[in-house]
Amino acid sequence: MSKVNDRSRDIGKYMVQPDDDIIICRCEEITKGEIRKAVYEGMFTITEIRRYLRTGMGLCQGQTCGKLVKGIIAKELCISTSDLESSESRAPMRPIEMRVLGNEKRGGE
Amino acid sequence: MKKEEGNNMENCADVIIIGSGVIGNAAAYYLAKRGRSVIVLEKSGNIGNGGSSRNGGGVRQSGRDKRELPLAIYGVKNLWPTLSEELGMDVEYYKEGNLRLGKTKEHIKILNNLSKNAIESGLDVKMISGDEAREICPYLSKEVIGASWCPTDGHANPLLTTLAYYRKARQLGVRFITGEEVTQVRKIKGKARQVVTKNNVYEGESIILASGYESRRIASTFGIDIPINKVLLEVLVTEEQPPMFYQMLGTAAADFYGHQSKHGSFVFGGSSGYEAFNKDNGTPTTSSITASAVCRGIMKYFPILADAKIVRTWAGWIDDCVDHVPVISFVEEVPGLILACGFSGHGFGISPTVGMLLSEMVVDGKTSIDLEAFRYDRFKAKI
Repeated sequence: MSKVNDRSRDIGKYMVQPDDDIIICRCEEITKGEIRKAVYEGMFTITEIRRYLRTGMGLCQGQTCGKLVKGIIAKELCISTSDLESSESRAPMRPIEMRVLGNEKRGGE
Repeated sequence: MKKEEGNNMENCADVIIIGSGVIGNAAAYYLAKRGRSVIVLEKSGNIGNGGSSRNGGGVRQSGRDKRELPLAIYGVKNLWPTLSEELGMDVEYYKEGNLRLGKTKEHIKILNNLSKNAIESGLDVKMISGDEAREICPYLSKEVIGASWCPTDGHANPLLTTLAYYRKARQLGVRFITGEEVTQVRKIKGKARQVVTKNNVYEGESIILASGYESRRIASTFGIDIPINKVLLEVLVTEEQPPMFYQMLGTAAADFYGHQSKHGSFVFGGSSGYEAFNKDNGTPTTSSITASAVCRGIMKYFPILADAKIVRTWAGWIDDCVDHVPVISFVEEVPGLILACGFSGHGFGISPTVGMLLSEMVVDGKTSIDLEAFRYDRFKAKI
């Protein structure tokens, strides 16, 4: 069950921080500042940040940055990281070439 | 604890919208623009977590039911071209045309029929040869012997479009609340007035029900049944590729559809044929056979993509209406209530138009495009 989450509640204003330009999602090159700013634009969940900025949408599928992104969002919203659901894991577990994924013959081609 | 009657003002607005998909969010935006106060209620923890964030992003007019065509054409002419500017963020709209591809004589027959219908409705669609198709998109395989071509079709990013309407509407003062599952719409003095959730009660002069398949359950609480089923569809995405082409693609065989996104990844939807019988564990789940089948389909048309890696697959439910066009309608028995559901898997392309029309229904009581074909009481027995 999702908790009631009012997206118009006052979370203050986005203030620039000195480390805003460090890269958090390496695959898609998304910075801490971009993630923080997105929270103030209404993106309150990991899934929304993903869809908005592409964090965790690259080759590693968020296996590297997932935890970091969660921490940043939680801090901006002044909530615990346990209040944020991790994003859903999607198949395949590792990137697979179409010719391999599409090949269902026993023993390959 | 549920707050019963004696509602606080905070939970009252001119309009309550149930569902934060692209339709609900677009309606919220156009209503806020016209000065109405709006509250949007979303069951999920995430904004636009249903079909709006799971579809293939087509902004097509060709291949559309005649009844929907005026909505699609209006959007492509008047709303999509300036949408990014209007909403203040890039929704990645490309108007580079739609190619519907054929490999066999049977396919060409299907395409001829589809094109004939579209041309009769006044749309600029024509049949072209395989070589002409390869001139438009040089990466097509030699197996393609013909295609239908609609130069004014295109695609956009559905994730960003849904969130762009949300973001802008929120800036304009629309209150969005996620995690609010609606259990009932209640009439007061013969008029739809209260929206009851598991936690609260909200009140509005108008109520728009735009929650995809869930609309059926909610509509039943005021005695209306809309014949929609949920049907599972799957989509996959490749790793980033160099920019290749920006046409929207489909096939006569309907084995896949898709496009290259601005980011460079290819987004393809498709089916294995087992969709109607997929396991339903309460959340839309991909099956082990569909992505493979879609890959085989794609490689026949685009052998060049055989080495592109699939990074992600996902599934979503469409709210498939019995005649495959939506219900966008006032309800005579329930004044104050507006239905916007049953988009049957092709709601994204017409969402800006529908959002605008919903705002007209609320503010003007009538619409600038005739919606007679989308009435809620059009469903009759076959004999």
